Amino acid sequence: MEHIRTPKVENVHMIDRLTPRKSTVGTLYLSSTHTIFVENSEARKETWVLHSLVYNVERFPTNPSGSPLIIRCKNFHVYRLLIPQERDCLDVLASLTRLSRPECYGELFCFSFNPNLDKELREKAWGFIDLKAEFNRMGIPSNLWHVTAANHEYRLCDTYPSELFVPKSAFPAVIVGSAKFRSRGRLPVLSYFHRDTSASICRSSQPLSGFSARSSDDEQMLQAIMKSNPISEFMYVVDTRPKLNAMANRAAGKGYENEDHYTNIKLQFIGIENIHVMRNSQQKLIDVGELAAPSMSDFLWGLENSGWLKHIKAVLDAGVFIAKAVAEDGVSVLVHCSDGWDRTAQACSVASVLLDPYYRTIKGLMVLIEKDWVSFGHKFSHRYAHLDGDPKEVSPVMDQFLECVWQLMQQFPCAFEFNERFLIQLHTHIYSCQYGNFIGNCQKERRDLRLQERTHSLWPHLWENRAEYTNPLYRTDHSQTQGVLKPLTTAYCFKFWKGMYGRAEKSVASHQSPADCLNAVREESQQLEEELSAHQERLAQLKEKKTSGGRKKTNKLSERVRRPIPTESKLSSPLDYFTTTRSEKHTPSFTLPLELAAPPKNGDPDDLSTCSDFESGVADLSSRSSFFFFFFFTCNSEKI
Amino acid sequence: MEFAELIKTPRVDGVVLHRPFMPTVEGTLCLTGHHLILSSRQDNTEELWLLHANIDSIEKRFVGSLGTIIVKCKDLRVIQLDIPGMEECLNIASSIEALSTLDSVSLMYPFFYRPLFEVIEDGWQLFVPEEAFKDLESMTDEWRLSEVNKDFSVCPSYPSLLTVPKDIDDESLCKAASFRHGGRFPVLSYYHKKNGMVMMRAAQPLTGTNGRRCKEDEKLINATLCAGKRGYIIDTRTIAVAQQAKARGGGFEQEANYPQWRRIHKAIERSNVLQEGLIKLVEACNDQSHSMDRWLSKLEASNWQSNVKEILTTACLAAQCIDREGASVLVHGTEGTDSTLQVTSLAQIILDPACRTIRGFEALIEREWLQAGHPFQQRCAQSAYSNGKPRSEAPVFLLFLDCVWQILRQFPCSFQFNENFLIMLFEHAYASQFGTFLGNSVAERLKLLLSQKTVSLWSWVNRPQELERFLNPLYEPNNLVIWPSVAPQSLLLWEGVFLRWNRSTKCLDEAYQEMVHIIEYNKELQNKVNSLRRQLAQLETEDGPLQTP
Repeated sequence: MEHIRTPKVENVHMIDRLTPRKSTVGTLYLSSTHTIFVENSEARKETWVLHSLVYNVERFPTNPSGSPLIIRCKNFHVYRLLIPQERDCLDVLASLTRLSRPECYGELFCFSFNPNLDKELREKAWGFIDLKAEFNRMGIPSNLWHVTAANHEYRLCDTYPSELFVPKSAFPAVIVGSAKFRSRGRLPVLSYFHRDTSASICRSSQPLSGFSARSSDDEQMLQAIMKSNPISEFMYVVDTRPKLNAMANRAAGKGYENEDHYTNIKLQFIGIENIHVMRNSQQKLIDVGELAAPSMSDFLWGLENSGWLKHIKAVLDAGVFIAKAVAEDGVSVLVHCSDGWDRTAQACSVASVLLDPYYRTIKGLMVLIEKDWVSFGHKFSHRYAHLDGDPKEVSPVMDQFLECVWQLMQQFPCAFEFNERFLIQLHTHIYSCQYGNFIGNCQKERRDLRLQERTHSLWPHLWENRAEYTNPLYRTDHSQTQGVLKPLTTAYCFKFWKGMYGRAEKSVASHQSPADCLNAVREESQQLEEELSAHQERLAQLKEKKTSGGRKKTNKLSERVRRPIPTESKLSSPLDYFTTTRSEKHTPSFTLPLELAAPPKNGDPDDLSTCSDFESGVADLSSRSSFFFFFFFTCNSEKI
Repeated sequence: MEFAELIKTPRVDGVVLHRPFMPTVEGTLCLTGHHLILSSRQDNTEELWLLHANIDSIEKRFVGSLGTIIVKCKDLRVIQLDIPGMEECLNIASSIEALSTLDSVSLMYPFFYRPLFEVIEDGWQLFVPEEAFKDLESMTDEWRLSEVNKDFSVCPSYPSLLTVPKDIDDESLCKAASFRHGGRFPVLSYYHKKNGMVMMRAAQPLTGTNGRRCKEDEKLINATLCAGKRGYIIDTRTIAVAQQAKARGGGFEQEANYPQWRRIHKAIERSNVLQEGLIKLVEACNDQSHSMDRWLSKLEASNWQSNVKEILTTACLAAQCIDREGASVLVHGTEGTDSTLQVTSLAQIILDPACRTIRGFEALIEREWLQAGHPFQQRCAQSAYSNGKPRSEAPVFLLFLDCVWQILRQFPCSFQFNENFLIMLFEHAYASQFGTFLGNSVAERLKLLLSQKTVSLWSWVNRPQELERFLNPLYEPNNLVIWPSVAPQSLLLWEGVFLRWNRSTKCLDEAYQEMVHIIEYNKELQNKVNSLRRQLAQLETEDGPLQTP
């Protein structure tokens, strides 16, 4: 609380950049966890912005109408405020700047977030995802793979989980020796086992090979991995870095495997750029989304210049390469980059999604994230700037993984149980620090923070609301659902992810989603099915009674009111646009109290935008001059 | 002329057909007067029927005695035929070339095509101006149907019947026509029932460098304004282009002479620029080796998406003036047969829910494109693979369809038809067995006796068996104005046309089927439940007086 200089500012304008006339006036409140904007209008619509989701706050020079302040969020929402008094603006700026940059873990929201679950439920919630069961599902342990106690108490590698799966044939000395020869002790361990071919995906960090060093233990370790796949005669080592980067690492005593030292390995470089390149690329992409009134050329040029889709393609290509090796060639793959926690996690998890239909389900994706990202050590706190720290450590590694999944969903609309909203929700929570799942950088840190006792788990919460995250086109018996996905990765297959990056402006988001219509239809069908069987029962009863004489009957079932399908007319009637825009229904879904108390009805984050769509054509038109329609006319018509 | 003269080799065996994302087929190649046919020898399941008119260009290659012909079609598909024997290959190639570039319209396939179905509803009689005028009459009495152009002498590209303000006599119309490019004087395009505002279209006024004016033209368009109201003239050209047009006798309305009108200039490209864009775009889409950077820069350089954005923006503007500003609108470019029609037809889709039904959309195409004199024959003579010097071909209609697709994609529940319907129209505009898109104007079509000698596309499309493919399962009729977003990120590349042959659509087709399945299952359940409800109600009434209310 001591960071809040001013808890309340009145007469603040929330500016809608594309449709200025839809700007609203209200009161701004600062709490210890949220910035809350309450409109003065009748509906008193509230907008809650979590401090930990704030990416930056920027003040612009005071003008006669007030002091403009822009709040940019890590989930790409942007709020534009106009504060009447410069003093207030400075206070809000200073408070928010401090509040959005916690200095220690204890300040994070997850430690104060209390959804009123009793202790028992909370503990149960943390057991929702069980990685042991996941390895069992893959058929591990087996006669070739087993769990090793080598990393008990994180002795071998403090960023790995304590339980590691390794080839049975690898002796403890080999395991220890291999860990010593790998950057930060991240030795090759099993990430995914493909039952159909017995080929596996293992992961590690780069070897400490320098220009000439070698380790017979590490060589034996790879040999053991290769041998664990009895039918194949070689294995791939996929170095996900560009070859030049990998070579440069040799000067620092690191690098990549020398094919002459390791028997039967094939080294393959993929060329995913490092976290710094990715950070800059995403920033450029965000800038494109923020352009005031971009022409098509501005947009396409900006998209190209950002390089973002090129990087997404590189990550997906890595996954495709690995999946093909494992499923088609039956060859095991060891994946690494430098430390083995960014690009490696991306490549392994994308490959897993391609290979295993389970990871394309709601629960499966949770398991995959828990396994490849949380458990194997990914620097969540650094990459997603949970704490005020080195900005060079920040990078959208996970964003890219989620986007790869989204790109796949575009090509395989029936293959995924979840929808886009699920990915966006995951993205928000990776940044939000509301739940304990993504706090800290590795299992050891999370244990030391006692997160399971002090915070809540996101997974059961998402699971309870899974109806919202379900793709209506998904069917378990569908051909797309089964087997390995073989996506096309030609450049033209990649799209700008509007649902994610187009959120800076509400007005430009999509108008209606066929998926939502279909979900409503399916829901209705379910009710009809129930009604049908009830009617049939009743009919049978009645027919029976005909013989035994009439009795009073309840007409309940046939009177049952059918749930109407939310039709477009509802979504886009002008009345709706003007009245419901400011109703609670459209409060951003990440806001804390609403999310728990009342899961959003139609739930769509895009719903936010539906309300403004009626105006969007208008808005876009006028955006050329970024002013009112009238101004637009005066600008474009020639005066004689 | 006999087609046989042009067919040097009617039949070759052992031809191998290659198509991307499809298995190769070996079979017999046959050439007929209008078709290229390839049927596989094993069983007759695999057959390719290609209209010669659909062939945009061909390329020949030889490796030893094996010849290869690459056939590039107007629907953007590229196929490869491996033909054993150099002479056969050369013969086939020159035959295709001759047959696909026939100059005479009356040799086109529609004049030879005999439908295998019974024509129940003649598409040629489906959309007559008198009917449309009856609808208008029921809403307002301020307009009349003029026969001033009954022999097409006032304006050769207009139909014989035109809707004009009641108070303007035919003599004034003639004078106004002489002041407009090609005689295309302002006529009614759309009446907005909600507020009585109208959209008119015309060609540019012939003001020339010395600022000619025409009192009748001024009076004509002023007659559409309510007292004290202003209107908007939307010139689809930039002010610079419009200024240049003066030197060639064209120009734009001077504000001094049209004080009640406010002029707005937009920047829709001229048709030859659009054609270049199409060629570049298709070239980019067909090269799968492009890196991401190269693909995006080629996409940008084609300007196709920019054109879509500009056309759609202008249409939104026109719709906005009418619906939101409560003002009447006059739209024109230079000739009033291209960008003008794109704008007036798209604005109607935005404003008028009727245009989003299948019949309504057909009527719109009939009204705003065919009868309004869009020169289909000229514009669709060649498509993206034309390598000769472009004459007057341009993808004006394709761009219109692309814009409709963009709106459809943004409002997937508002249209009775689906994407396939738009793609079908694109195909038939360029090559068809039907006569609908032949000729450049109503006058030309009459002269060709199309309605007697050919079958209308609508006669075929509107048969229930065919319609089924084109119905949008998500359609829920609504009476709203729909405002599309024209932000760059909201406008996508129309993959259904431009990437159609460059990827497998299996998964997308399956998804579509699944969607249809979900909705049909729902309908089935509804029917079952309803019938059970009726049965129950009946049983319960029979059952006795103890009815709960």
